[in-house]
Amino acid sequence: MNNTLEIKNLNVSIDGQAILKDFSLSIPKGEVHALMGPNGTGKSTLAKVMAGHEDYTVESGDILLDGDSILGQEPDVISHAGLFLAFQYPMEIPGVSIANFIRAARQSRLPEGEQIKAVEYYKDLYAKMDALKIDRSFTARSLNEGFSGGEKKRCEVLQMSMLDPKYCVMDETDSGLDIDALRVVADGVNLMRNQARAFLVITHYQRLLDYIVPDVVHVMYDGRIVHSGDKDLAKELEVKGYDWVKEEFTDAIVGA
Amino acid sequence: MNSTLETPSNLLTKNDPNWLIERRSKGLEQFEKLATPTVRDENWRFSRVGKMRTDGYNQLEEADTSRFDLLNERSNLISQRAGRSVFVDDATSIFEGVGTKLAQQGVIFLPILEAITQHSDLMEKYFLQESTELGSQKFFGLHAASVKAGSVIYVPKGVEVIDPIVNYYWTSGECVAVFPHTLIIAEDNAKVSVVDLFFSENVSNEALNISASNIHAGPGAKVFRKIVQNWNQETVSFQLDTTVAERDAQVKNIAVNIGANRARFESQTRIEGAGADVKMYSLTVAEKNQEFDQRTFQTHNANNAVSDLLYKNALLDKSRSIFSGLIKVAEGAQQTDAYQTNRNLLLDPRAEANALPGLEILANDVRCSHGATTGNVDEEELFYIMQRGISRRVAMQLMVFGFFEEIIDLIDNEELAENVRKLIHHKFDAKLS
Repeated sequence: MNNTLEIKNLNVSIDGQAILKDFSLSIPKGEVHALMGPNGTGKSTLAKVMAGHEDYTVESGDILLDGDSILGQEPDVISHAGLFLAFQYPMEIPGVSIANFIRAARQSRLPEGEQIKAVEYYKDLYAKMDALKIDRSFTARSLNEGFSGGEKKRCEVLQMSMLDPKYCVMDETDSGLDIDALRVVADGVNLMRNQARAFLVITHYQRLLDYIVPDVVHVMYDGRIVHSGDKDLAKELEVKGYDWVKEEFTDAIVGA
Repeated sequence: MNSTLETPSNLLTKNDPNWLIERRSKGLEQFEKLATPTVRDENWRFSRVGKMRTDGYNQLEEADTSRFDLLNERSNLISQRAGRSVFVDDATSIFEGVGTKLAQQGVIFLPILEAITQHSDLMEKYFLQESTELGSQKFFGLHAASVKAGSVIYVPKGVEVIDPIVNYYWTSGECVAVFPHTLIIAEDNAKVSVVDLFFSENVSNEALNISASNIHAGPGAKVFRKIVQNWNQETVSFQLDTTVAERDAQVKNIAVNIGANRARFESQTRIEGAGADVKMYSLTVAEKNQEFDQRTFQTHNANNAVSDLLYKNALLDKSRSIFSGLIKVAEGAQQTDAYQTNRNLLLDPRAEANALPGLEILANDVRCSHGATTGNVDEEELFYIMQRGISRRVAMQLMVFGFFEEIIDLIDNEELAENVRKLIHHKFDAKLS
């Protein structure tokens, strides 16, 4: 299907242990979907598998971007196909400055032989850094090295906005953020929302969804989506807690 | 064929003062008497001593002057400088002294042999007075017997030389032996920066290098020495360096090691004055069958001083590295801060990094640490970089160059740093796939 991120009956294991179990999800462009669930239910695995991490074994199923399968592709190919993953734990890369890193990422999207125009690049970079309240001196700093949790997450959103992806997967972007940083990050994401882009926002807590208001909320448990609803589902979950999910849906899973 | 190792040229002694004749014959005796090292010697553990061929090379009595113009022209890595020397096969190819102003302030920058003639007392005090204790005493002996090329930099009390003094040491002929020497003397509160570059004219001329350097940093002096070693891979190289730091002196050594088939590097730092601060940084990029054999010794004989060592090695193909470092804190050298770190990045399963860090502490109130890490490229970092669309090859480049950048960043001369990046990137371009 065009203009959609589709995950079809995905079964994924690591070291013989099943993690995603017949997982299916479809997100059309223009929508923001939230994926919530208790720890250890497979949310981060899903994010990494989508981005092409090689540690996981895909037993069956498919992941399609605009109708084309990205399964089994290298991470850089998946990135070029339009999927961006904002990491839960962004890696520190010593000696590689933010400016050079994003520049290399942009350069990789240009045809062979074509060079980035430095003046335009920096103009764009600075504008986006200003919007995310990242000090301009950060451009020369090593990527994520010695950054606070909040700085790392803002830097993820900066990269996301610089690379202009069609599908954004955000893995626990709210973890480690204080309320001010959360607002800044959410503002950055909200600025990027449009009809040509879809978001999958993975989070453990409802809090982030006060600022990034989702169109659809899915509840994940034991490797699959057990319940979906509108933004109010997140609030319901906040009140009732994940124990409610376990009680409500364990039977359904056992019966399945 | 006459081997240099047996009969150093008699020409050398013709104009030498008595003290130098004595030091040279003592050196020759040392070379002849001391046994050839074996791996059983603690100072040569892990070394491929069998590959350490030192015979069959000749120190030229006269270099081929037709090479001079070209090599002078290629000696262009630093354009803003206080002085420049270019030596080719141990002959002076060009010597650009310091300007009148610095000369009037008493700064001396001369070829070794001229300095011996013009400033015999100064040279008697400092020249060939610091020998290595790290295993190459035999080869230091040969250096002492044979040395005729190199430069002396003397900066008197309170004088600051802002731009760097740059020495280029080239090999050009076939099977040449060279014995370059850099002597740096900075008196009280003087300031100077010196760059030594070791290059081969082409990729195929075989050569033996036994170089030595000595930094003498007087009270409060600031000395910054940078070394770029980019011999061709037909070269066997010994670099025997010593630093003496007096009270409150600040010395910074940065070595970038790219070339040679077999490069033995001995670096010895002796802190003799309270409050001294000595930094030792090294970056090595190894490929093919190269072996980089690094031995270091930090001695603290005075209190409240700092010494900090960081040696980073990246290894490709079947290359090897050995890092053996010792920190020794003498009794009474209280409040010492001494650190030693060796980081090895293995980029090929066949590559090998050996680390032997050591401490010997006789004082009780010190902060000392040593550590060595050896690892491959981190797969999670690679995944992260590739997720942004960057290919595996470019991602590897970014990470490896990032690993280097920690040292290159400290060179503190953008032109030289950029030239060093080019040399290293050139070495890597064909490798990372």
